[in-house]
Amino acid sequence: MKTSGFRIFFMTGAWMVLAFLLLPILVVIPVSLTDTSYIGLPKESLSLQHYVAYFQDPRWLSATWTSIWIGLVVAVCATALGTAFAIGCWFLSNRASTIARWILITPILVPPVVQSLGFYRFWVTLGLIDTHVGVILAHTLLALPYVSISVFAALANLDPRIPQAARSLGASVWQTVRSVVLPAAMPGMVTGGIFAFIVSFDEIVGVLFITVRNVSTLPKKIWEGIQENIDPTIASVATMLVLLTLVATAVVIWRGREGAK
Amino acid sequence: MFRMSDALRYWFLVLPALAIMIVFYIWPLLGIWQISLTEPKPGVANYTEMFDSTAVQTSFILTFRIAILTTIGCLILGYIVAYVISNFARRAKPLMVALVLLPFWVSVLIRSFSWIVLLGRSGIVNDTLMATGITDSPMRLMHNEFGVVIAMIHVMLPFAVLPMMANMRGISGAYVDAARGLGAGEWTAFRQVYFPQTMPGVMSGALLVFVLSLGFYITPALLGGGRVLMISEYITYQIQEFLNWGLGSALSVALLVATAVVIAIAARFVNLRSALLERN
Repeated sequence: MKTSGFRIFFMTGAWMVLAFLLLPILVVIPVSLTDTSYIGLPKESLSLQHYVAYFQDPRWLSATWTSIWIGLVVAVCATALGTAFAIGCWFLSNRASTIARWILITPILVPPVVQSLGFYRFWVTLGLIDTHVGVILAHTLLALPYVSISVFAALANLDPRIPQAARSLGASVWQTVRSVVLPAAMPGMVTGGIFAFIVSFDEIVGVLFITVRNVSTLPKKIWEGIQENIDPTIASVATMLVLLTLVATAVVIWRGREGAK
Repeated sequence: MFRMSDALRYWFLVLPALAIMIVFYIWPLLGIWQISLTEPKPGVANYTEMFDSTAVQTSFILTFRIAILTTIGCLILGYIVAYVISNFARRAKPLMVALVLLPFWVSVLIRSFSWIVLLGRSGIVNDTLMATGITDSPMRLMHNEFGVVIAMIHVMLPFAVLPMMANMRGISGAYVDAARGLGAGEWTAFRQVYFPQTMPGVMSGALLVFVLSLGFYITPALLGGGRVLMISEYITYQIQEFLNWGLGSALSVALLVATAVVIAIAARFVNLRSALLERN
């Protein structure tokens, strides 16, 4: 087939847009290797000093660790609550359950600053300000919509007559949920759990409002770093996170290809 | 009797998540309305102050302008990518999809940081321009609307591409083939036959990007450098600098209402259920 102007236009355009998406993220890599003490490209030689600085700074390390364990706890809580929620709604599938589903996705639509104001005032009355529990609770709420949406999407493939059959053959509601519905919900739970972890791991605005000194997460540390003094340690942290993401994405593509074979 | 108790059991599954969402999320959100009407003293003083303030008006106009520019940018760039992924890409398809999704997984904070590194006064773009002699002095690429919009398009683009891709997946190639067979050129067939069919996807993408842009905080705060005060930053400014909770809450209510109005208007053009509730 002859390559038309139409096709050339769209193909070139698409690759340019994809380059626009990818390249700005990659600039953190050369910057993290700079031999200078300010943000910029390496001047004379490549240096790992900013990685060393990261690994030797207990504040960076503890912030990273805090983000990881809070993210894991949030993933577990949100996945448990959100899965139960989605399964219940899926069984009910009536008007009331649809309204419940709309209520559960409000955190996606409400501006982060507005919800964080709400958190702040309420957390003050509950005494949750600057506590890990307070952050975990807030993040679980923000992650719930993603878990419920992905579990619900996974259940869309499950024929409602199958659990009905299980029920009429004498299985109890809990047996049916455990051995018929949960396996079908599994892919959605995994996706939802990963989403929940990332929502928590990346969340910044809420943390800025509801924590003071006691709790520091990785995004908060990066935020403070950018606001106060832009030092290249941020670039080394950013590079490690970007590389992690690249590897994870590559693994997903690769496994997708394997699966397609 | 038996059916009734079944439904009750299903509600037991639904309740824990629903209850904590209502108690710890919806309730505090309603608390903001209350604060806006009671602090520093009961009445609508915060709202009159808000409507009289030119700074607030400027901020709202700026917020809408940036949200509109971001949405238009994302739709145009996103459409091209979604179109190619859905229609032309064969072997490169997984790679292209991955490139769309990748920025999604990298935190907004880091992406904004990258743009600071690129667009700053002594950033990489300015260094390159000066080294190659295109300009003598650094150009102002951030701390203005230009920088904020560029970075926001970058952050929001996946939100535009994904709904458009989902929509294009369901479009049969038969219509375009028929139009081509009847003598339409490629551009004409695209414009008159293909494009109208993609409008639902375009609209869902527009809604998502616009709503998220309206309330966006991180990127404008970091790339605006205090000079591009979108409404979210204006709110934090009122509360953190002036401890003006009344006005801050009134502004939050206004932002919530604005968001709700946008969604209500969008409901006429977009299937909200598939755009929000059932997206994946």
